[in-house]
Amino acid sequence: MALDFTIGFLPLVDACLPILAREHGFAEAEGVALRLVRDMSWATVLDRLLYGHSDAAHMVAPLAIATTLGRGRPPVPLAVPFVLGLNGNAITLRTDLADRVCPAGGLGNPKAVGAALRVVAAERLAAGQPLRFGVVHRYSSHNYMLRYWLAACGIRPDIDVSITTVAPPFCADALEAGEVDGICVGEPWNSVAVEHGAGRIVLATAQIWRRGVEKVLALREPVLNERRDQVEALLRALVAAARHFVDPANAETNAVILARPEYLDGSAALIQRAITDRLLLVRGGQPVHFPDFMFQYREAANFPWVSQAEWLYTQMARWEGTPFSSEEAAKAARVFRPDVYRSALMGGAEPLPGASSKVEGSLAGITAVGTPQGRMMLESNRFFDGVEFDPNDLEGYLARLP
Amino acid sequence: MKVAPGIAALHNPPMRIAIIDESAGRAAVIHEGLAALDDCEIFVITERRGLVARIGEIAPDIVLMDLGNPSRDMLEEYFAVSRAVSRPIAMFVDESDDDAIAASIDAGVSSYVVDGLASHRIRPILDLAVRRFNAFARLESDLAEAKGKLAERVTLDRAKRILMDSRGLTEPQAYAALRKAAMNQGRRIADIAEAVVTAHQLIGGR
Repeated sequence: MALDFTIGFLPLVDACLPILAREHGFAEAEGVALRLVRDMSWATVLDRLLYGHSDAAHMVAPLAIATTLGRGRPPVPLAVPFVLGLNGNAITLRTDLADRVCPAGGLGNPKAVGAALRVVAAERLAAGQPLRFGVVHRYSSHNYMLRYWLAACGIRPDIDVSITTVAPPFCADALEAGEVDGICVGEPWNSVAVEHGAGRIVLATAQIWRRGVEKVLALREPVLNERRDQVEALLRALVAAARHFVDPANAETNAVILARPEYLDGSAALIQRAITDRLLLVRGGQPVHFPDFMFQYREAANFPWVSQAEWLYTQMARWEGTPFSSEEAAKAARVFRPDVYRSALMGGAEPLPGASSKVEGSLAGITAVGTPQGRMMLESNRFFDGVEFDPNDLEGYLARLP
Repeated sequence: MKVAPGIAALHNPPMRIAIIDESAGRAAVIHEGLAALDDCEIFVITERRGLVARIGEIAPDIVLMDLGNPSRDMLEEYFAVSRAVSRPIAMFVDESDDDAIAASIDAGVSSYVVDGLASHRIRPILDLAVRRFNAFARLESDLAEAKGKLAERVTLDRAKRILMDSRGLTEPQAYAALRKAAMNQGRRIADIAEAVVTAHQLIGGR
C-alpha cells in the first residue's frame, strides 16, 4: 500500500508523537497508515532506515547529520522535515558525587554545579581515576550538551573526564555498578536510576540550552522526494499529535498508551512525570516541577531551524577533532528542511516562521516574532553561559568556544 | 607477485570471530554453524557487563552481533574511537555489497569486520551467519506454531465437550456442528471453538 508509512523508534518518552499520531487516529485522518518498529539501539534504527525496513525514523538529531556526512559509514543523505522535540534529558550523578557538587532540594545551578564538579574532576584525575560519564550515543544531543556544559565550566572532555556510550536501558545499572559516575540520558531512564537509588538528578539539559534540539524525524532524501505528499500528510498528523500531547488534560491517557509493551514497555507513572515536566530528583523525595523540561509543540518547536543543524555541526567538528569545513557545514545545514515543514502546514493555523535560521541563544526574555498567522511569542532560548550562536559566523563561534 | 587465494589462506593466522548475543541459545546455534569452518577461532559473549573489555582482549577480526542488542551503539563507539585495538574495526560496508548487508539486516545480524580483511575470507562467514540466524528464527517460529497448534487442540476439545454436555451430542456430532458453523461463517474451526469456549465462560460455565 502506497500510503503505509513505517517509522522506527527507540523506547523513549520523546518517541511520543509518532506513537500518538497512530493511536489517536491523527495519521489515519490524514490518510496515512502508520506502522511503528521498535528497536533497542540507534545503530539498528539507522540500519533499518538505510536498508528500507523503515521509511522514517525517530532519531537523535546529530546522527542524521553524521549519516549525511558519512561519519563511520559511507555517506547517505538524510532529510529532516520535522523536529520531534526539544530537550527532555537530564544529568544524573552517583549519589555520593551529587552530594559533593549539588545542594539537595532541587535542580542545581549549572555554573555552581560545574564549578564544584571541576574540583572533583581534578582530584580524580590526579588520583589516576578520572570521572566517567555515560551518554546515549556518540552522535547525540546528550553528548554535545554534556560536553558544552563541562567545557564551559573549565572541565575538558576527553582530557579531564572521559565520556563513553551507555545504552539507555543500562544507564541505571552502569551508575549502580560504578561503571560511570554520571549519565546524560532521556526519560524515563533518569527516573529509573533515581528509583533504583543509583543516583540523583542534578540538572536538566534545558538548563544548559533552554531550547536545544533533541530528536528529529529523519528520512532518506530520495524517499522524501518520492513520497513528498505523504510525508507532508504525516507532518500534519505529527503536529496534531503534538498539540494533543502538550495538553495537560491528556497526560494520563498518553502516559498509559506510551507505557504499553509494544511502545516503551515501562511505568506509566514515571512516563507521566516526564510528560508533565515533573522530576523526582532523589528517591523518596517529592517531584519538582521544571517547566518545559520536555518541549514538543509551543513556539513552533517542531520547525527544523537550519541554525540548529549548523549548531550541531559546529559541535561535531569541535569534539571530533575534524577540521571545520564550510562544505560539510553546508551539507549539514541542508539536512534540516524547513521548506517541507512550511509547505505541509501552509494555510493552517500553526505559526510558520518566516525565517529559516535564527541566532540561537539570543533571546533573554519573551519576544514577539511575526508569522503569516500572526505574532508568535518566543521565550528565552539562552545557553547557560550566555554565548550566542550566530549561524552567519560558524568559524568565529567555534574559535570563541573554550 | 600474485598468490592463489588458497595458498594465501594457508599462511594466514586463524580468523578470530566474536559472537555477541544475549540469547545463549541463538549464540550456540551460530557457533555450531561456524565451527564447521576451517581456520577460525570462535568466541561467544553473552554477558553485557565488561563487553568492551572482553572485545579488547579477544581482538577479533570479525564481530557478529544481533540487531536487537542494545549494546550496539556502545560497541560502535568503541570501534570508532578505541586506541586499545591496534587495528581499526569498521562495519562491513563494502559498498558493492549492499545485498549482503540487506540480507544481514533481514536476518537480524550485524557484523563488524577488521578494515582491509580480504573479502573472500569474510563473505563465507557472513553468509553462514545469516543462514544460521535465519535457521534460528525458523526454529523459534516453528516452536511458536507448534505451541499454537497445541493450544488450538486443547480449545477444540473443550468446545466439543461443552457441546456434548449441553446438547447431548456425541463427539463426532459435536465436531460436525463446529465444522458446519466454521464453513457457514467462513472462519477457521479453531476460531469457532474459541468463540464457543468464550461464550460458555461468559454465560457462567467453567
